[in-house]
Amino acid sequence: MAEAVRIRPGLPGWLTPPVAVGLAVVAFWVAAALTADLWGLADPLRMVARRLQPPSGAHWLGTDALGRDVLSRTLHGARISLTIAAVVVAAAVSLGAALGAIAGFVGGWVDGLVMRLVDVTLAFPPVLLAMAVAATLGPGLENAVVALVAVWWPVYARLMRAQVLEVRTREHVEAAIACGAGPMRLLTRHILPLCWTPVLINATMDVGQVILLAAALSFIGLGATPPTPEWGAMISEGATQFYSWWIAFGPGFAILTVVLGFNFLGDGLRDFLDTRSAR
Amino acid sequence: MTGAAGLEIRGLRVGFPGGLEAVRGVDLSLARGEVLGVVGESGSGKSLTWLAAMGLAPRGARVEGSVRLMGEELIGAPRARLRELRGNRIAMIFQDPLSALNPVLTVGTQIAEAIRLHNPDLGGREVRERVRELLDRVAVPQAARRAGQYPHEFSGGMRQRVMIAMAIANDPDILIADEPTTALDVTVQAQVLEVFERLRAELGIGIALVTHDLGVVAGRADRVAVMYGGRVVEEAGVDALFASPQHPYTRGLIGSLPTVAGAGGRLTAIPGAPPSLAARPPGCSFAPRCPIAEARCQAEDPVLMPAGDGRRAACHFAGARPAAPAATGPARAPVSGEPVLSVRGLVKDYRMDGGLLPPVLGGAGAARLRAVAGVDLDLAAGETLGLVGESGCGKSTLGRCILGLVAPTAGSVRLRGTELAGLTRAQMRPWRRHLQIVFQDPYASLHPRMRVGEIIAEPMRLLLGRAPSAAQVAVLLERVRLEPAFARRYPHELSGGQRQRVGIARALAVDPDVLVLDEPVSALDVSIQAGVLNLLADLQAELGLAYLFIAHDLAVVRHVSHRVAVMYAGRIVESGPAEALHTAPRHPYTQALLAAAPVPDPPAERRRRRQLPEGEPPDLLAAPRGCAFRARCWRASDRCGAELPALRAVDGGHAVACHHPEPVAATAPAGA
Repeated sequence: MAEAVRIRPGLPGWLTPPVAVGLAVVAFWVAAALTADLWGLADPLRMVARRLQPPSGAHWLGTDALGRDVLSRTLHGARISLTIAAVVVAAAVSLGAALGAIAGFVGGWVDGLVMRLVDVTLAFPPVLLAMAVAATLGPGLENAVVALVAVWWPVYARLMRAQVLEVRTREHVEAAIACGAGPMRLLTRHILPLCWTPVLINATMDVGQVILLAAALSFIGLGATPPTPEWGAMISEGATQFYSWWIAFGPGFAILTVVLGFNFLGDGLRDFLDTRSAR
Repeated sequence: MTGAAGLEIRGLRVGFPGGLEAVRGVDLSLARGEVLGVVGESGSGKSLTWLAAMGLAPRGARVEGSVRLMGEELIGAPRARLRELRGNRIAMIFQDPLSALNPVLTVGTQIAEAIRLHNPDLGGREVRERVRELLDRVAVPQAARRAGQYPHEFSGGMRQRVMIAMAIANDPDILIADEPTTALDVTVQAQVLEVFERLRAELGIGIALVTHDLGVVAGRADRVAVMYGGRVVEEAGVDALFASPQHPYTRGLIGSLPTVAGAGGRLTAIPGAPPSLAARPPGCSFAPRCPIAEARCQAEDPVLMPAGDGRRAACHFAGARPAAPAATGPARAPVSGEPVLSVRGLVKDYRMDGGLLPPVLGGAGAARLRAVAGVDLDLAAGETLGLVGESGCGKSTLGRCILGLVAPTAGSVRLRGTELAGLTRAQMRPWRRHLQIVFQDPYASLHPRMRVGEIIAEPMRLLLGRAPSAAQVAVLLERVRLEPAFARRYPHELSGGQRQRVGIARALAVDPDVLVLDEPVSALDVSIQAGVLNLLADLQAELGLAYLFIAHDLAVVRHVSHRVAVMYAGRIVESGPAEALHTAPRHPYTQALLAAAPVPDPPAERRRRRQLPEGEPPDLLAAPRGCAFRARCWRASDRCGAELPALRAVDGGHAVACHHPEPVAATAPAGA
């Protein structure tokens, strides 16, 4: 940690080809989510043409079993998937990092309690746990979000705790104690600001994973409810139409690119922020 | 020094992408049986020169020039040929022996591998025989048994010997030792340097001793090359170099060294910091820091020119001004007065977990490690008490106990009569403004994401309840000789010396009475160290501060201290006025430390008779009964094993904890 890490945008060193691709893909989907209404596409919820039409000039990705435009539904789906992902990651990071930081800083039985809770949660396969929570709460996007947060927070709790344990032994923390810093100030000013790097990297990579798991929940009917243009639900609909490959192609391709994009971005972020990784 | 019988480096340049030149035309030669000292500060290119010579320059580096080993050109030689030569005709050892050894292979296996690589036909028995012989040669006791042990069973000094054994496995002509003893304690360093001496004498190996420590070079090298800014700036026989340095940088380096022999007075610090690769001045690299630089130096980079007697110097005014006599005087006299800080019977125990298994199942069980075992100290206002000891002796723990950063197990710490031991962190808070600390590592001890101004403001904000104005911060920076503009910078924009000044400014911000200085200069380059030591002396004179100066370097401690206490295995074994302790040490450990400390004075260093202790500092978990030093002591008797010696006064303030406190004439500082 000889050199402090600071973000200096505009430095060409970090913009490697994968990062550029990731950035472009993510930017595209974010833009799509924000502006899907302005593209002059058909209403994603209304029947606009004959059902099960293959891709054509009028409907680039064809129409689904109810005659809805797949392209429009895919682009509008970005809004839902990205929102879910953002909310889930933000909530999981807040909850997990807060608990992890307290566990690492306070130690003792608090640490034991939080970490056993983490262990128990992580002992379940993530998909199974999400399914169980979602099934208990009933279908619906809000419940899917709760289920996903329940799956993800322990990862951040663990990460944050490990970071806090490492940073709190550094000499500048000792120096802060010698300067009279109390526990709150130690944690918020001298420890936490140096703990965010791996959390940030992990969170970026997890956005893709959350989208994937959210889609999986919707696929089995535990996430978005039918008319909503959600990628997982759309794939699920497409799966029943064996000969109309285009119905699942749009959302499938969307998930593939978005997950890949966030992974590339996360890798780039790690190379840039984390001086320990090989470069 | 015939060219064919060793290593010849001619016009070696190492560059990196972006036009950065780290080594800029180095000419050096090293004959068999010769020891060449290569001295320089961090970033001088001293290590890179040798890595490049061995074909080990980092990837992306551009290497030009000529390196001939026994007449054979190495630059541009095929990789297969270089591999054949490396570890065979030319070998290298590094500073950190732990990371260079494979932890899951026995030491013997690793040495055997070094042998087999170049002698694939050798039989198993021959190899084993050779491994034993090599370990014997580097003075590893019980070679046959130790060959079967793993690196973690070896101490730092023993590991470095293993590295040397591997390096000399195939009788190389040339051995390059890059800071081989920097990570070792001073008594262990002396032992390892003895090994080099024997290699040269018995095997005729030519050794390049690359180091930042002039003292190490003074006693061991035949010739010395001083490097600065990627070039050799001076080269001479060791006596001539120390007696009459020609280059102002060499003069500065020698002047900036505190010595065991002479103390007191000011060190001649070299201003500024070594140039960075990216911002090298156009003319002479040293010109911005040089006391005698003129316009010509800024314009024209001087070349290395012969300067008589087989010596060379790269300076337009080489030898033009004779070296100023070193500023030495008597050691600082003890200060009398009421103690501001007094420590009585301080003890710190650590509980060590014995691993996963409980003792019943064969686990080690919890053990007690007594890091500080009953220490008494008094410190008066305006006084510096030097606390010396090797790594693991408990000196840093003691400092932290005094500050309440570590809770002492027992004992008393009184600040102006108020008991501090046993206070909680919150209760301790009002006292912190009287008691501050400066840490060893100026990189780790500053918050990397806070600006210097905020770092300095932190203690005032927290302890005095008011954030200082920009003007107050400027005054504090001024006090440590930094410009006010530094307040807006981040620590990573500062050099090591500047960072340490920031650390000092932070400690001074609340006007403390007592400053604990925990190895404040040991992480700094020599030329920077002098400036910080001078600053500390000035501040003490200005502000009447009391210093507890913790260090492993006897010369530094002698230079700054009024009184010195020597610590070994958690106890103070000898304490007294700095002068008395250095001229008439009574405890064998003090005598050994003095004997082992390298002195930057070649003739004196060679004249010295050394009584070095065997072995290394003890494992505190297996604390022996009686005197902890007795296993290494040449005066130990039965009584030492039975009875712990108490600290008893021998004369005026000089106290020793030894059953046989004899003065030893042979260990009196050389040249005194």
